[in-house]
Amino acid sequence: MTLLTSKNKDIIEYLYTAERDAREVMKVTDEYPELTIKEAYEIQNGLLTRKLTENGTKTIGVKLGLTSKAKQEMMGVNEAIYGYLHNDMLAYEWEAIQFSELIHPKVEPEIAFLLSEDLQGENITAEDVLKATKYVAPALEVIDSRYKDFRFTLVDVVADNCSSAKFVVGSKWVSPSAIDVGNIGMVMSKNGNVEQTGSSAAVLGHPAEAIAWAVNELGALGKGLKKGDIVLSGAMSEAIAFQAGDSVIAEFDGLGSVTLYCK
Amino acid sequence: MTVKNVEFANELLEAEETRQAISALTDRNEHLTVEDAYNIQLETVNLKLAQGKKVIGKKVGLTSVAMQKMLNVNEPDYGHLLDDMRVESGALVKIDSMISPKIEAEIGFVLDEDLVGPNVTYLDVMMATKYVVPTLEIIDSRVKDWKIKLIDTVADNGSSAKVVVGEKLTALDGIDLRTNSMVLFKNDELLATGAGAAALGHPAHAIAWLANKLHEFGITLKKGELILPGALSGAVSVSAGDTIEAKFGVLGSVTVHFE
Repeated sequence: MTLLTSKNKDIIEYLYTAERDAREVMKVTDEYPELTIKEAYEIQNGLLTRKLTENGTKTIGVKLGLTSKAKQEMMGVNEAIYGYLHNDMLAYEWEAIQFSELIHPKVEPEIAFLLSEDLQGENITAEDVLKATKYVAPALEVIDSRYKDFRFTLVDVVADNCSSAKFVVGSKWVSPSAIDVGNIGMVMSKNGNVEQTGSSAAVLGHPAEAIAWAVNELGALGKGLKKGDIVLSGAMSEAIAFQAGDSVIAEFDGLGSVTLYCK
Repeated sequence: MTVKNVEFANELLEAEETRQAISALTDRNEHLTVEDAYNIQLETVNLKLAQGKKVIGKKVGLTSVAMQKMLNVNEPDYGHLLDDMRVESGALVKIDSMISPKIEAEIGFVLDEDLVGPNVTYLDVMMATKYVVPTLEIIDSRVKDWKIKLIDTVADNGSSAKVVVGEKLTALDGIDLRTNSMVLFKNDELLATGAGAAALGHPAHAIAWLANKLHEFGITLKKGELILPGALSGAVSVSAGDTIEAKFGVLGSVTVHFE
């Protein structure tokens, strides 16, 4: 296991290679306990730039994390976190995910928002988010912390782009005006067994509230979301672990389903 | 562009105009590459543009596993749609205006925005789509007896001939494009069934492939263009007197008669 030797640039390299080589590493705060959340977001940003340059990819949206009360309490925080999505993280219902590219993946069900307008500001409301949303769609997010045993502090997980790895989007897309986005029921099964149930209300009361929070955080940094972006609004239940050979389906009330197969 | 490739382009156009099929290009020049083939196709399109025709869209071909296996390839191909290829649903098409036509049903996409590769995802395609429309693509080979390899069909504009366009335009809200049904009838007899996922897993995914592939040639998918993402079942041969109808569930249907 590699150990850290020096700061920001090194941390970026450390996390970049861990993901590329599908190898777990010691958490960053073991060596840098004084690292701040602000620095963690700077590292996340540097990591993103590194990936986009290296792989010739582009940013296609944002994901939210720690959007449930239970998770926030577990981490001893009272706000959510965000990370970036790029196009090579998009996986498909019609192509298996390769287990060998991942470390110890878990999957969680989420509502994806697809934006028809730019969204930037510091006083954005859930209503503004819904107005800027062309479709909501069912999604499964694969998270894969680069840290040993999936254990980390808030600072660690932010630096690690909020554990993001891949995501799959279901094929039924619905206008947010045609469905009660704040209360969509969900059943997630693995290999035919029900593993989790939940509702979109688990996401800070309403997923659009969670997105409004993220937009305002980004707004304070002079950043925003763009027309065409996809936003994964946060988990509707606990994540479940999966391995090669597993099949996962999440069924959503009124939004169809989304599946993932890992080989 | 080599002299030989320009000659091939002219031969293909003449075959289309006179309905006299030619022998496979790959039988006559074993060194032809896929890149040559796309250049020959572009030359045929340029020659048609010089005649005053206009590009109205593009088509993706070879999107089904069965077709890819048949031609021993592992990626799709594409062709151009021109204004004189467009036929409205319910119209009569003269069978002798073509050589050996076949027909297949596809979910047509009409774009609201340009799509410029690289890194176009199917999410981008969905977001750039104004509506989808039922279509029937009539394919025809200017190569004798459909004895084609990948290179032959690419040079021959993806073997495309005509596109029959339905009347109902549907925005994507609430539509599931992977499971959307397609039922193909010939003279009221059910011939084939399929669903959207037959086109590379998701028809918008086939269009994302196209946008990224066209980037290699400096071509863009444009706002207002009609894009065909690939057949939802095997192609069916047609003769004079046949009526073909494809029903796409909530997306409506499209019909054409041959005489």
